[in-house]
Amino acid sequence: MDYEAVIGLETHVQLKTLSKMWCGCANQYGAEPNTQVCPVCLGMPGVLPVPNEQALRLTALTGYLLHCELPRHVQFDRKNYFYPDVAKNYQLTQLAYPSTVNGHVDFEMQGESKRVRITRAHLEEDVGKSFHFDRQSGVDFNRGGVPLLEIVSEPDITSADMAHAYLNALKDILVYGKISDCDMEKGMVRCDVNVSVRPKGSQTLGAKVEIKNMNSFSGVRRALQYEIPRQLEAISRGESIVQETRRWDDVANMTESMRTKEDAHDYRYFPCPDLVPFEPSDNWFETVREGLVELPMDRKKRFMEQYQLPENDAEVFISDVPLGDYFEKVASHGGNPKALANWVINNLRAQLVEPEVSLDSLRFEPAALVELVELVDTGKISSKIAQSVFTDMFTSGKAPAAIVAEKGLVQVSDTGAIEQFCDQAIEANPGPAEDYRQGKDAALNFLKGQVMKLSRGKANPALVGKVLDQKLRP
Amino acid sequence: MSEESFDMHYVARLARLNLTEEEHVTMGSQVEQILGYIKQLQSVEIDETIQPTAHPIPMSNVTRPDAVTASLDQAKALENAPLQANGLFMVPKIVE
Repeated sequence: MDYEAVIGLETHVQLKTLSKMWCGCANQYGAEPNTQVCPVCLGMPGVLPVPNEQALRLTALTGYLLHCELPRHVQFDRKNYFYPDVAKNYQLTQLAYPSTVNGHVDFEMQGESKRVRITRAHLEEDVGKSFHFDRQSGVDFNRGGVPLLEIVSEPDITSADMAHAYLNALKDILVYGKISDCDMEKGMVRCDVNVSVRPKGSQTLGAKVEIKNMNSFSGVRRALQYEIPRQLEAISRGESIVQETRRWDDVANMTESMRTKEDAHDYRYFPCPDLVPFEPSDNWFETVREGLVELPMDRKKRFMEQYQLPENDAEVFISDVPLGDYFEKVASHGGNPKALANWVINNLRAQLVEPEVSLDSLRFEPAALVELVELVDTGKISSKIAQSVFTDMFTSGKAPAAIVAEKGLVQVSDTGAIEQFCDQAIEANPGPAEDYRQGKDAALNFLKGQVMKLSRGKANPALVGKVLDQKLRP
Repeated sequence: MSEESFDMHYVARLARLNLTEEEHVTMGSQVEQILGYIKQLQSVEIDETIQPTAHPIPMSNVTRPDAVTASLDQAKALENAPLQANGLFMVPKIVE
């Protein structure tokens, strides 16, 4: 029998706010432990949490970007459990009345378009970070109370690669909307994976295995690459899959069973009496919608249509938004978009790796790139010379035409001058010249190189080839 | 929760309450009375015009602007900790 995997993901994302969810402590990674804490986020008795409006806004904006419905009544519940990383013995979350429900994420995978439905994206709070020592554990509550969005997908994912592609698409959307920085290194995105297998075409779900607390997308992919075959093998041996929580061991490259107490999941949710419902007005939703941005998929399509760019170029401008925005600024001055994209992607991007270089501090105007491309397209300079003109305009900020004039870089397309260089090259290199006469085509490139050298790069290469050919194979 | 499934030992364990057998009996019967009252409420016929009450106070939309305010300093934050080291609250070893 043919089996298929059924995968759903719960993705936790830290929201990009200045302050925490219920108090004014900074939401900032990397501070000394327990220096961004106060009585509210330490769960002291008698404190009153007050929701951060920006976190509610970012959650609603996520709802719009994920094509969700946005209910008009939202409230917070307490999820009760005892664990040292949550000081007040409950985590605040939205169980019964979440901020957003029923959406979807569209993305491409191996040229095919895919859709994963979103069950809900609800707002909750992050918990403290624990460190484990020999005999004890230590807790830092700087992260406790940071606004955390939990995005729950429907079990629409069918492979490890698709899970990976979905997560990347989701991340792109959240970064685009300035909802989260999604910095994996800083633990801003964490993922719980639910996976089961079932006979292909079956509508019922198999016993599901949960793999908790994955902190990288490639980890999710590797865990699924291990877990799906593990389940399939168990079934082929006639065993049944046990519903359980497993842990991914990145070093051993396998999942292992986590023994949890039977009643560990009885969270006894109830509405938090400290927090009143949130019932946003039309006007509030309107102001949230002002933060709407073009989604990565739409942007890619637009770059390919509006500028006739190949897919690879469009993808560069999607993953690097400021670079794409800069390209649009350049292209607004006219010119050949594909050639401009090449300059922006190949030359400009290479310079941007230097820490002191940024798109805001470039010495040349965007229109200068259009001018440079025109100089090449009209045959005024060779593409090789154009490289040095670019370096020059990058450091000096001078206009390309001015650089060309100043340094006498205009391409030599005068046949007389080129013929002279060709004669010199043939005379100095009788061997290769003879080779070419005898029919060895590759020898021409060597001679061409010699001519370019003699002309100090200024000869028109196409013309050089033609002249050499005429001289050697008349 | 129906009376039959009510288990005071289980509830006490979830709430980390270390009750004596005597307290179990007393509290068990008290909680049962509360559940009985809830059961009485559940028997009231209501239609969809009655919405669940989230809060006894008729109030909504209390929020604060996203602004950073001062935090406690580390020594102050850790003052109540029975045990601390390297700026962390030290707790019995967490085993997952």
